[in-house]
Amino acid sequence: MTQKTSDKSRRNFLKSFGVTVGAAGVVSSFSLLSAAKAAAKEPGETVNLLTADGQLVQVDKNQLRPTVNEPLDELQQRGREGIAGKSFVMVIDLSKCRNARKCMSACQNHHQLRADQHHINVLQMQDADHTAPYFMPKPCQHCDNPPCTKVCPVDATFKRQDGIVLIDNERCIGCRFCIAACPYSARIFQWTEPKDAEKYKDLTYNIEANVPQKKGTVSKCLFSADRLREDKLPSCVSACPNGVYYFGDRNEDAVTNGTSGETVRFSKLIEENAGYTLMEELGTKPRVYYLPPKNRAFEFNGDLLNEENLH
Amino acid sequence: MNDDTKSKETTLSFEKIKQDVLRPMQNHRGLELWIVFLITVISVGAWAYYVQLRDGLGVTGMRDYVSWGLYIANFVFFVAVSLVGMLISSILGLLKVDWIAPISRIAEIIAVAFVAVAGLVIVLDMGRPDRVLNVMIHGRFQSPILWDVTVITTYLVISALLLILPMIPDLAICKKEIKTAPPMLKKLYAILSFGYTNTPEQHKHLHKMIRTLMVLIVPVGLAIHTVTSWLFAATLRNGWDTTIFGPYFVAGAFVAGSAALIIAMYFFRVNYKLQDYITELHFDKMGKLMVAVCLVYLYFNVNEFLVPGYKMKSGDSVHLKELFFGSWAIMFWSSQLLGNILPIILMVNKRFRMPKPIMIISIFVLASAWFKRYVIVIPTMLHPHLPIQNVPDNYQHYFPSSVEITVTVLSFALALLIITVLAKIFPVVPICEIADQKGIDYKIEE
Ligand code: SF4
Ligand code: SF4
Repeated sequence: MTQKTSDKSRRNFLKSFGVTVGAAGVVSSFSLLSAAKAAAKEPGETVNLLTADGQLVQVDKNQLRPTVNEPLDELQQRGREGIAGKSFVMVIDLSKCRNARKCMSACQNHHQLRADQHHINVLQMQDADHTAPYFMPKPCQHCDNPPCTKVCPVDATFKRQDGIVLIDNERCIGCRFCIAACPYSARIFQWTEPKDAEKYKDLTYNIEANVPQKKGTVSKCLFSADRLREDKLPSCVSACPNGVYYFGDRNEDAVTNGTSGETVRFSKLIEENAGYTLMEELGTKPRVYYLPPKNRAFEFNGDLLNEENLH
Repeated sequence: MNDDTKSKETTLSFEKIKQDVLRPMQNHRGLELWIVFLITVISVGAWAYYVQLRDGLGVTGMRDYVSWGLYIANFVFFVAVSLVGMLISSILGLLKVDWIAPISRIAEIIAVAFVAVAGLVIVLDMGRPDRVLNVMIHGRFQSPILWDVTVITTYLVISALLLILPMIPDLAICKKEIKTAPPMLKKLYAILSFGYTNTPEQHKHLHKMIRTLMVLIVPVGLAIHTVTSWLFAATLRNGWDTTIFGPYFVAGAFVAGSAALIIAMYFFRVNYKLQDYITELHFDKMGKLMVAVCLVYLYFNVNEFLVPGYKMKSGDSVHLKELFFGSWAIMFWSSQLLGNILPIILMVNKRFRMPKPIMIISIFVLASAWFKRYVIVIPTMLHPHLPIQNVPDNYQHYFPSSVEITVTVLSFALALLIITVLAKIFPVVPICEIADQKGIDYKIEE
């Protein structure tokens, strides 16, 4: 009986914070389980949660359940269709990238990846001898002529109408042909049980975030398709402290800087800064544009580029 | 093994051929032990595979960059070896080369065993083998994997038919002669001999069917290895992004397949005491054939490596330097030398086309062929367009893990087991065809 009361009081306490909370900033949002169900369960492990207004609280794990409101079928269907009328593009300003790597960690949090798994990877580049080294964040290029989707035997990786290339890890057979086919090394594989697999095993699969990740399947950058659906910028774009990323819609010719929130014309940005795409000679037609690393206001501080790190 | 090469040409009667070929099928000596050994190896391999299923492909040495490793190299090797069936029994058969008669069945047995196991190896490589049926349910025909699945299945079926159909007359003999066969096997002989009694009409029909299949298997055989090469050539990677991969792989397959056949010929000749059938002449001819296919393969190798090596485009140059002088040099050059150049030099010499020397050369050729596949698959994966950074150290190298090696050994044991069983229940040398060729009259009774 005392047990029940304490459960209830904790619940009320949480309710007063406005209920929707993100698991220590780790993943998608959680909400409280219905009272009856929670009361029936033994108290188990507690987890730390960050409430909407920034308080850290401890909650019984049994009381949590993910807030995925849509059933799997619907998520899968809308995930495959994409967002009508949109044509998403990303612009990465190399002159601003200082290797802060906030994009990498935000991405790993969002997509339940370990620290050595990258949907986006900040590379140290040097194009030729005697040219200046620079940092280059490299997400999936969401190619318009994607070599990866062409080779998939089961249509588990596909391109949708808004230009985003996604992966259906409910269907992927783990042949890794797409990894071999991607010239940008943008894809990773879940060689073992993914991070926190146990914790997320009951979560409904969301194809637009590719979570929960599954052992034996492929993953890669998804332009945070789940966040785009809520009109938010991709995780990496929002997380960058240095104004490196712009993200937006080519149809509207507008891209928004994730740091400053400023929206500019996409075509003008590209034109004025001599934007380019990566390895365009391969004919992959990337949707990620780069602005060259010129006029940098900081020193390149990479662990200098010896032969092995570069080709 | 002791090769009794001195056995002289005896005059053959149908009775003698029959006895010579059927005797080893009834004589069990050592066979059980060999089968038990193979099954033990397979069981250990199966356990290793279970570990892989349970813990994920992470138990292999593969990681995000080298995401295709030993399994895929081995798959290519198996497909390559299986091509010998099409080379010997179809191409040469259609060209009416008649010395192949006593060895074409061995070639066909190798083809069936290796292509069947190749199909399995690809499943062993999958991250989610439980979803293998997705390939049927959600199959997308734009993917070369679908083409590969289709042609490999077709090749397996036609090869099996090309093994069984020419064997029908022999099986009719087995049905009658092998009294000690267990009932199951007798039933199999009865079913597969289709009541054949060698009437002229049956003979005509059978040969028509066989000829049709021989024609059919040529494009299918070319396709299996061409499509397998496209799994690589269809990508944009340095070292794979070339246009000659199809014929290059096919030529290499003929080399590997011929070597495998010579080894098997030698084994059956000695262990089954078939010196009267698989003669020095056959080794000599196979040696010449091998020189021919090696020369073709050498030609493709020169094209494949010299041309990009001359240009040294930036991507290719890293890759080629690693192959020519870097950490892959030993494997690269020894597979070229031992698997191609030296065999040519040696085998133009008649002495080296004698059974024993050519068998030893073939072992080197076959081993080199295996390593060559390894050199084709793995280094390319280590040389992507963009640098490999911010990943654990073991992502930058590749060495197969013990689990991976054990599972690969399983694939070999399985292929050998299939060959052993087929050679145990079926006559490895075609009795009636040899009699036909020698102009010996025979009757097959009901
Ligand atoms: S970058 Fe690679 S994974 Fe992304 S769309 Fe292009 S080929 Fe596919
Ligand atoms: S690994 Fe999965 S997504 Fe990639 S090609 Fe194979 S089935 Fe398709």
